[in-house]
Amino acid sequence: MPSYAFKLNGKNIRVDAPADMPLLWVLRDLLGVTGPKYGCGVGVCRACTCHVNGSAVQVCMLTAADVVGKSVTTIEGLAPQGGLHPVQQAWLDEDVAQCGFCQPGQIMQAAALLKSKRNPSDADIDGIVNVCRCGTYCRIRKAIKRAASTM
Amino acid sequence: MPAPASQDAVPPDAMAAGPLTRRRFLTYVVAAPVLTVAASSVGGLIAPGKAHAVVPSPPQPENLLDLGDVMVAATKQAEHLLVLEVTTDNRVVFRLPRAEVGQGVTTAFAMVVADEIDARLGDVDIPLEDARQDLGTAQSTGGSSSVRSLWDPVRSVAADARARLITAAAERWDLPARDLTTRNTAVWAPDGRSATYGSLTEAAAKVSVPAVSSNPKSSSEYRLIGTATTRIDARSIVTGSAKYALDVDVPGALPTVVVRPPTLKGKVKSYDASAALKLPGVVAVTELPSGVAVSAKTFDQALKAKSAVKVTWGSGTVDGVSDADIKARLAAAIQPMTPAPPLTQRVDANFSFAFVNHAPMEVGSAVADVQSGSAEIWVASKSPTGAQSAVADAIGLSADDVTLHVVRGGGSFGRRIYYEPAVEAARVSKAIGKPVKLMWTRNDDMRHGRVRPRSQHQLRAVHAGGEVLSYEHRSSCVELDLGSGTGQALVDAGYVNPTIGAAFFNLSQSCPYNFGVVTESLNEVSYDMPTAAWRSVYSAQARTAEEILVDEIAKALGTDPVAMRRKFLKTPDARAVLDKVATEGKWGRSMSSGTAQGVALHGEYRSIAACLVEINCTGNKPRVTKAVMALDVGRQVNPSGLKAQAMGSLIDGISTVLLVGNHLDEGAFREGSYSDFKYARQADAPLTCDVHLVGGSGKPGGVGELCVPAAAGAVANAYARATGDKPRTFPINF
Repeated sequence: MPSYAFKLNGKNIRVDAPADMPLLWVLRDLLGVTGPKYGCGVGVCRACTCHVNGSAVQVCMLTAADVVGKSVTTIEGLAPQGGLHPVQQAWLDEDVAQCGFCQPGQIMQAAALLKSKRNPSDADIDGIVNVCRCGTYCRIRKAIKRAASTM
Repeated sequence: MPAPASQDAVPPDAMAAGPLTRRRFLTYVVAAPVLTVAASSVGGLIAPGKAHAVVPSPPQPENLLDLGDVMVAATKQAEHLLVLEVTTDNRVVFRLPRAEVGQGVTTAFAMVVADEIDARLGDVDIPLEDARQDLGTAQSTGGSSSVRSLWDPVRSVAADARARLITAAAERWDLPARDLTTRNTAVWAPDGRSATYGSLTEAAAKVSVPAVSSNPKSSSEYRLIGTATTRIDARSIVTGSAKYALDVDVPGALPTVVVRPPTLKGKVKSYDASAALKLPGVVAVTELPSGVAVSAKTFDQALKAKSAVKVTWGSGTVDGVSDADIKARLAAAIQPMTPAPPLTQRVDANFSFAFVNHAPMEVGSAVADVQSGSAEIWVASKSPTGAQSAVADAIGLSADDVTLHVVRGGGSFGRRIYYEPAVEAARVSKAIGKPVKLMWTRNDDMRHGRVRPRSQHQLRAVHAGGEVLSYEHRSSCVELDLGSGTGQALVDAGYVNPTIGAAFFNLSQSCPYNFGVVTESLNEVSYDMPTAAWRSVYSAQARTAEEILVDEIAKALGTDPVAMRRKFLKTPDARAVLDKVATEGKWGRSMSSGTAQGVALHGEYRSIAACLVEINCTGNKPRVTKAVMALDVGRQVNPSGLKAQAMGSLIDGISTVLLVGNHLDEGAFREGSYSDFKYARQADAPLTCDVHLVGGSGKPGGVGELCVPAAAGAVANAYARATGDKPRTFPINF
């Protein structure tokens, strides 16, 4: 079985995985990182959104080979251990979450957006297509704007 | 209990029990080394509401007894129902006999307990109670009834515990108990001394009669109840540490997926797993009543092997049946309308609503570890005792041998009233002798999960001289499976199949307007399909249809929709929420062509809500740009959670009216994921949504499902006003 080396939440790791195994399952089933969620497996719901080299990606659509030598960040690694990223803090301040299942993906998407745009417009926020079945969209929008104002 | 004589009767003991104010709870100490207080209850149930009249309509069954009351009664009847414990490390632990699926019930009860016992919110733990057969349907989550049914007993146990802790401190310090106070999870003496609850709990367990009152506080003393509070699990959610069923670490649990049939409820005729079993990581293949399960070392391996299993399928239960066939049968099943009397005018409208999957973000999933003579299950279940019994039946154990842990759920909207994944996981675990974690794929959830039944509605209002003389709503729907959770509570309360759907309908439906003679009926058409109550159940379609008709009556009478509603609404509470959205939403403001406002309201669960939206229909697809909602839910426990439920319901209203449904094609659902099941995304949500809470006295009403019909009605009405169309089939873009 091939072996792949990449950085996961700041640590260099090596994992043996089938070449075509989606990174989502590499993270969840081989590495025990359960923050990224399975919601569809086809890159549509985006509950598994993580960062690769700082950009938002759906890890159900990548393999370990795709991230060799790169830096993968899951929700667990967004902020230093015990701390909160400004987006996570804004999520608490706006009491965004309901069931919470999509929120790791929503937060990773929002954090990536704020990295590329310091003050995203409503149209930029409308571009986020992560599904929230509880319908927390209005609070997500407010939290992104709040995070933008604090970052 | 004997069955009521007719389907719209109320359970006899409920009516005989007397008004709500007589209900009280017996609290008592459970023999334990630390303070552990339990409650059971005695006393009455309901108080009929009052109505004002234009052309008065007599009270409908829902006005007298609604589904929440049935759940309150079920909860009330469970002995030893609620147990609150104070641990020596100063934690106040209340094991909640409900599911947490995002509706915020753990936060609400952490607040209630903390307020009543005078603990810091952070010192309160609300674990979800394991399935307990002694609780029965009293452990069910549904009917927007959790806060309603547990409000009194939880306050009672917490108040009792507080009185015993004060008594223990008084004995320790040799001070009069009446001089002591409580705050921050401690008892305080006038001289400034304090003792934590944890340090007092063993002594408090030995207090036989509290030396101070153990009555719950008066509302003027609340510190937390009524204060907007962030979810107690918010930090675990935003850091990714919140655990759902498939995140629970059960050593050795094998990822398992199921090959499912091409049509609904198709059966396995034969299968060949030889190729699948040769694939890497595959451990076992197991035949189930619902398909063929593949267990492997990773989900990736299980999913790949799933494609390699060759199954010969038998027929399903609705093979060859499509939406058009069902629509025709539903139309034929509707009772005929009463002819309009001479010299009157009428407004008629027919509506149809598509099937809609619940589509919670977390797919169906469960972990099972079946050993010889016992089993342990982890599942997000809203009917844990039903799940426990079903698991036990499936694997030949008694329910007492099955430990069923209720884990947090990634959404439900009615879906988790049922527990197929738990039963499947238990069967596989038993068959292969290993623990398994079983997951439905999104395709499985979309194509074999449950749906809101397709429905058809025929409405008629007869008017003369500016008054509505009669109002008739005849509807039919595909039979709704109510055999679990709240439905089971109805059965327990004396409503028996096959009238359970009609009983549910009658207990949930009432017209909020004085429209003279009101007739509402539902005929269900039987199909062997996987259906389940969907947030707001029958009201989601029935009351939405009615709110659309109200706008059309207003047009026929030459009246403004808000003025029309103000005139005919039965209660001041209803007018208050309507007035609030009209004022805050600037009803009647000038809008450009292709954009419009719409309004609707809905009362149920002893609560009422109004919704005003603005819509823009000039682009590629309609967009709700703004929403203003107003709710009177009685006592407000957590305003932030209440508003969250309103906002979520708004998105359900937008989605089901404009965007989302499931096509039935030749016995199978067409949609497979969120790409074709077009539930609202951020770009479909309004840019602003303001929720106003009005009223706030008395006891808490229900809110989880309250706002769906108001939101759906407002969206449909805004769409009609913006486009000039009369929307009749939903979703509009299907």
